[in-house]
Order: sequence, then structure tokens, then C-alpha cells
Amino acid sequence: MLARNNPQLNRHEELIHLLSIEGLPQPVLHHILDTAGTFLSVNEREVKKVPLLRGKSVFNLFFENSTRTRTTFEIAAKRLSADVINLDIARSSTAKGESLLDTIANLSAMHADMFVVRHGESGAPYLIAQHCAPHVHVVNAGDGRHAHPTQGLLDMYTIRHYKRDFRNLVVAVVGDIVHSRVARSDIHALTTLGVPEIRAVGPKTLVPSDLKEMGVRVCHDMSEGIRGADVIIMLRLQNERMSGAMLPSAGEFFKTYGLTAEKLALAKPDAIVMHPGPINRGVEIDSAVADGTQSVILPQVTFGIAVRMAVMSIIAGNTP
Amino acid sequence: MSTLHLDAEALYGELLAAMRALVQPGSALVGIWRGGAWLAERLHRDLQLAGEHGVITSALHRDDFSSRGLAASADPTRLPFEVDGRHIVLVDDVLYTGRTIRAVINELYDFGRPASVTLVVLVDRGGRELPICAACSAARVTLPAGQRLRLARATDGRFSFEIR
Amino acid sequence: MTTNTQRAGQRLLITGGRVVDPASAHDAPGDVAIADGRVVAIGARPADFAPDRTLDARGLVVLPGLVDLAARLREPGHEHERMLESEMAAAVAGGVTSVICPPDTEPVLDEPGLVQMLKYRASGLHLARLYPLGALTRGLAGDTLTEMAELTEAGCVGFSQADVALKDTLVLHRALQYAATFGCTVWLRPSDAYLGGGVAAKGALATRMGLSGVPVLAETIALATIFELVRDTGARVHLCRLSSAAGIEMVRRARAEGLPVTSDVSVNHLHLTDIDIGYFNASMRLTPPLRQQRDRDAIRAALADGTVDALVSDHTPVDKDAKNLPFAEAEPGATGLELLLSLTLHWAAAAGLPWIQALAAVTSAPARILSHGPGGDGGVVPGAGTLAVGGPADLCVFDPETRWTVNAAALRSQGKHTPFSGYELPGRVRYTLVGGSVAFDAGAA
Repeated sequence: MLARNNPQLNRHEELIHLLSIEGLPQPVLHHILDTAGTFLSVNEREVKKVPLLRGKSVFNLFFENSTRTRTTFEIAAKRLSADVINLDIARSSTAKGESLLDTIANLSAMHADMFVVRHGESGAPYLIAQHCAPHVHVVNAGDGRHAHPTQGLLDMYTIRHYKRDFRNLVVAVVGDIVHSRVARSDIHALTTLGVPEIRAVGPKTLVPSDLKEMGVRVCHDMSEGIRGADVIIMLRLQNERMSGAMLPSAGEFFKTYGLTAEKLALAKPDAIVMHPGPINRGVEIDSAVADGTQSVILPQVTFGIAVRMAVMSIIAGNTP
Repeated sequence: MSTLHLDAEALYGELLAAMRALVQPGSALVGIWRGGAWLAERLHRDLQLAGEHGVITSALHRDDFSSRGLAASADPTRLPFEVDGRHIVLVDDVLYTGRTIRAVINELYDFGRPASVTLVVLVDRGGRELPICAACSAARVTLPAGQRLRLARATDGRFSFEIR
Repeated sequence: MTTNTQRAGQRLLITGGRVVDPASAHDAPGDVAIADGRVVAIGARPADFAPDRTLDARGLVVLPGLVDLAARLREPGHEHERMLESEMAAAVAGGVTSVICPPDTEPVLDEPGLVQMLKYRASGLHLARLYPLGALTRGLAGDTLTEMAELTEAGCVGFSQADVALKDTLVLHRALQYAATFGCTVWLRPSDAYLGGGVAAKGALATRMGLSGVPVLAETIALATIFELVRDTGARVHLCRLSSAAGIEMVRRARAEGLPVTSDVSVNHLHLTDIDIGYFNASMRLTPPLRQQRDRDAIRAALADGTVDALVSDHTPVDKDAKNLPFAEAEPGATGLELLLSLTLHWAAAAGLPWIQALAAVTSAPARILSHGPGGDGGVVPGAGTLAVGGPADLCVFDPETRWTVNAAALRSQGKHTPFSGYELPGRVRYTLVGGSVAFDAGAA
């Protein structure tokens, strides 16, 4: 990111933690995507397991609830033959006041090899990576609004699968971008992989103008944002936005920024529709579009397991 | 480069001749990425076998993952036939410690239970660390432990050896 | 810990130093003679002066002791950790002879008894002088006024809300009216209660890092409100810790208009920007948040041309565990008493300013701000922040040539968090005198 060494990479520019897509060189991203391809074929075999993480303990530390993401990480780790332990932090000792770092220290004492962390505060995985033992690897499963790198990677895998070459695409990211860690990871990945035009689409309260410093074109008009796009990434609208005085209602949002068949027709005829899930039907996306021929929302989930297997096996094999 | 000269093309010829006796009608050739895959491709053609040959990689079952990490580039395993009940002939360029073969057999078993697995190699350089042996090899050589021996393929398809 | 065993009546002679007094623009080599806690001669030593002790100041600068308008000492509240002792020792080690502390202690400084106890404890240490700010409202809660007259008598030099925003403009209006009645200065941080709630400066960096941002609006809206209330009440206001170019521009216009406002900036904002947050480094979690380069440049220019009056350390000791948290949850604040002098010199070098001009921001200028308070001297020892014959012998003798590396573990303060950890800075304090007694001696420490 800045002058200091990227804590995700070792001296040889190999990945030892996955904390954010920002700051990762292009070859590292391609390596992860290529490896994910291998694991995709593993997931289609009779025996869906390989022994790469056999004997390793992977701890899922979810400070924010998410059964979906936690399940995909669990499946990925088990297909790599790892032992998986799920920690429901909300009900555990942290709720009794144990600090984040004490929790990590206790788990390290139980010989954890890898932490998969989801936390409500931006930057938490960096703190963990800084304080855990050298041989322990950290995967960020989402921190506050900052990053969700595995989602960014699986979104890139999806785009590469359907569109091949990043370098001549128009990608539109639509919705609550200011609060979205998925959007930030997607934007970093798209810029690193050379996508020439990335549009951030939404109302001013959800798409601030300083986003353009990240390399995107800010559009407050949905039609203008979607026109001619090859890829449309729709983001989830969280209910809290209404209570935070950022939007008046879900209904008005759907009318102005929801993806309907009519709006989709403005994009290229072979455009793909993506969504990190879970989708809010009738809020950000019309049911017909979510279930339609251009939607690749379900393949994203399949690719997600392969990408997570790739990330975990790559970092587990690299020494700090 | 070493002064030891191995004529890969000549050795290939000998291997091909030996294989005519070894290969049965139901055999499936599976080449170990990368040199073995090249050999299997040419053998499959020269032996005029039916169907397609397979390519297999040891990447996901290697025993040195903790120290070496995941291999940066290897074509994924591709076995375009049913493994269950098949006579598999594994083809590799160089047999050394035997660890690659162990890993490859584990990979093969993720796909099914073969009727038999036979190993043929172009060069056997000894130095086995596991109880693995080849049914036939075109040459036996001894090399110092630090040297690597690998098959190379020119753009016109001709084989040669690289010793480093 | 430094113990001060000298008798107040002792005669001291500081020889061979370069005497610098920003208040009088004096910068010349000379001796300084001290007796009965006062400076009795500068330049040539008096003929019949027989010193009890002589301090060799060859190669050193003799400066008035620094006056730090903002340093948290955590007492009342942390007596069991002996924080007053350690932080006052840190002050004199940094050449600071007068410390002004905000009222956000535990309990809040809103009772005369608490203020008297604090001043009593501080004076018993024989280290720096302590001048507390009283709370503007009881418990800092923003509802009821405090007994400003009584608190001033007990020793408060002004009234403040510390970092707690006062949302009720009616109460703020009344508080300023009341303070104006007695000529008390009200110290306010310009930060709107509702817009000021983020953890980093709003902008491209905060957006990229997913941190909630404080817009510059939080400062400018608060300043606009404060200036209107000052126009209406005539109260004197000292603005604490300006952070933005836009805010500074408003202050410039207010002063041009003749409003009775003064202001300060912290050493952190003088040197750092939001980029220094790096990979969510919690040592950079500060209030107000670090802003962009443009704002830092405006702060530097304003301090140099006098639009902003004073530079403060904003010393805030933070417990280790309180920083070992994700950025947004970490407690804001940094240690600063032992870095104030060096960071002032560091700024002077970077900006190409003569020392005498830069050092005014930590000596004569803060003293002038304090002097506006009730009683003609504001409750502060007359002559603080200056080096003049007849004035108090509060001095900082330092070596301008030595460079040192900031090592958190070596700091006397119990607050070990500093954004400048590892920095190499100029200026090392050799002696600090308060009222003619040697409160700090680097050789003896």
C-alpha cells in the first residue's frame, strides 16, 4: 500500500497472508486464479479431497455472523484435508471482555496453523497478522468496510471464466459502495488486472466522489452507468442504510438503481450479472434478472470454493 | 552442463520397442507432467493406441509441500477415461527417488481403483528413497546428487536431455 | 524520577550559553545569573555574584522553559499508577516548565476541591508548574455550568469541554456569557457533535481503507457557531487543535475582524498526514484525525505567520492494551511532552525558520494566551514563557546539535505510544530549571 513492506508478502514476494487485494502484484493474482482452476477440476472428481493441508488446524474466527461465507471456507479447508474449528465469537469469551489479541494468543497456544477471520472493524486482520506466531497464516474473510479479498478473487475468476481478457472490458459496480468491502476488493482487483473502465454507480450518499481516487468513474445515473457494460456487479443494500439517513426507502432505491430487465438491456447483449450474495430480490435486483440467462450468481458460489482452496493452499505452502 | 551424453532420441526408440511387448489392448498411457507427458503423447501416437492418453501431475500430493509450497505452474491432471478397472501405464522421463511416483499414484487413486499400475521411464538414475521400480527403462545412469536430469523438447518435437 | 533537593534561595550561574528569548527577540551569547528563584542578570555576570552552583552551558541554548497548553496527566484518576509523578517528570525531561492540563480527568475537574488537591500534589513534586483548566459544564455533560469564579480562585486558568462536544447551543451561549462576566477564557475544540464522529479524516484514504471519515465540515461548522457566539457575547475563546486548511482560513478572517480568539495546533498535525496511518497503525489514531498534505501545509504556514498562535504537545498517555485493537476501536492519543522541543526544532529546520521564531510558539505565545485570563496575569506566574531580568527562573537549557532517536521504551512518560517512534530528531534537553531549582539534569538522570 505505502512505503512500508506489504505484510502479506514475504521477502520473495510470495503470499503468506491474504489481507487485501490492494498491494498484491498482478502475477500473484494470476497465480491464485490459475491455481483455482486446478481446484475447480478437483471439485468435479469423485474424491474431492487433496492432502495439502492434512494435519493443519484452520480456525474460523467469525466476529461477525455469516453462515454462508463460513461454510464455504469450511468446505474449502476440508477438501484440503485440514481440521476445521469454527469459533462463534459472539457467544464465546470475547463477549466476556477478552480482548481480540488475547483470543488470538489462546488459540495460538492450541497450535492453530491458519486463522480465517471476519471482523466488523476495518484493519482487524492486520492487527492479528502482526501479533500471531510467524508460522501462522491469516486469511481475511471480510473486515469492516475495508476488504473481502477472497470475494474479489472469485469475482475475478468469474469474469475471467466468461470474458477471458480483462483488458478490454467495461465493468459497472452498482449500489452501496461506500459501505462495501466487496466493492473495494473488486475495484483493486479490476485495476490491478488492467480493466480499462470501471464505473461506480449509485446515489451520492452511497457513492462519494473521492472514490475516483481508486481509479473508477463515478456515475450517479444508473442508465449511464450500465450502458455498454460487459460485467455488472450488483451489491447488497443493507437495511441499516435507511436508518442512517442515507436512503429514504428500499422502494425508491429499486426504482432508481435496481437492476431490471429493462435496465439490463442497456448493457451489452452478452453482459454477465454478478452479485456477492445474499441477494435482496426486488431491492437491488429483479427476480427475473437474478434467475435469468445472464446471471452467473450461482457459478460464483462454485468458483468461490475453488478460489478459497487456492488461497489457503498457496499461503500454507509459503514460509514467512 | 555435464559431459555425459545421453541421446534422448535413441533411448526413445529403445523404449518404444520395449513397450510394444508391454502394452495390452486395454492399457491406458498416463504421462507424468511434464517430460512424461511429452513421452506419453508420442508413445500413444507411435503405438497407435485407441482413445486418448492421460496427463497427471504430482502437485497436489507432493510430500514436500510444507517446504516448497504449491508448484507455480503445472497443467492440471486430465484423465479422459474411467480409471476403475483399467491397466494404467505411467510414463515418466527420469526415475530418481521415487517420491513423484508415490504422489502420482495417490493422485490416480483419487479418480478410481485401477486394475494395475505399471511404470516405464526413459532413464533410471537410481537413488531410490521409496520401494518403487520401473518395469522398463531405456537407460541406467548414475549422477551426483546435486545434478538435475530432465527431458527437453524442441519446437520440432525432438527430444534431448538437460543436465544441470 | 527526578528529586529536587535544592533550596529555593540558591544562587545559580549558567555560563557560556546562547541565550534565546523569543518574547524580546534576544539571541546572543551570555551568562544567566539566578537568585531566589528569579533571573537577576543576563549577559555579563554581576561583579559580586557568588554562585552556589554553576552550570556549564557551552554549546548549549538557554531558552525560557516551554509552556505546553495541552498535556493530559491522568490525575485525578490514575493515582495508583503514580501518573502525576511520571508525567511531570516527563515534562521537565522535555524542557517544559509550565503544563496546562484539560479537565477530562476521573472525576472531571469541576469542583474547586479537586483543583486544589491537584495543584497541591503537583507543587509538592517540585517539577513543572501545573495550571489546570476547569470543566465548562458539570461532569462535561453539557447541561449545567460550573462555578467558574470559585474554580478560577482555586487555580483554573480557563474553562474547557476537552474533547466532549457541547451539542446544546443554548447552553454553550450561556456558558460563554457567564465566562465573559469574569473574564475567563473558554477553550473549545471546534468539532460538530454529529459530523465529528469518524475515526479518520474523510477523504480518498479513509474511503480506500474503509474507515469512517470526519469531514472538514465538522470543524468549519463548529467554528462558524463559535464565532457567532463570540460576536454576541464578547467572550474570549481559545480554539484547540485546529486540523484543516479551511478551518485556519476562518480563524484568519475572525482575527482580522478583531474577534478575541486564539488557537493552537498539535505537534502531530504539524508533522503528519493521513497517509502515515499506513497499515492501520493505531499510534496514528488521534483526535482530531490526521488530515491531508494541504491541511498540514496550511497548519505550518499559519503557525509561522502567527495566524495560529501556539504549538502544543497534546500529550495523552494511552494504556498499551487500549492501542492493541483494530484502528477504529483503539483509544486515540499519543505521548508528547518529551518530544515537544525536538518536534518544534524539526519543524523549524524543515520550514527554514529561525529558531527564535519557531520557539515562540512554545514559549512566549502560549504565555500570552494565558495572560488574558482574569486577574491581569491569568493566574499564571508572571513572566512565564519569557527570559528576562526579574522574571521567574524557568529555563530550558538544551543541546541543539545532538540528534536522538525516539525510543518508546526509553521515555519517562507511562504513555509509550508515539507516531514518531524511530524518528531521529534534533535537540536534547540538558537542564530544566523551575523557579531557580534544577528540576531536570540529563547528566544525573
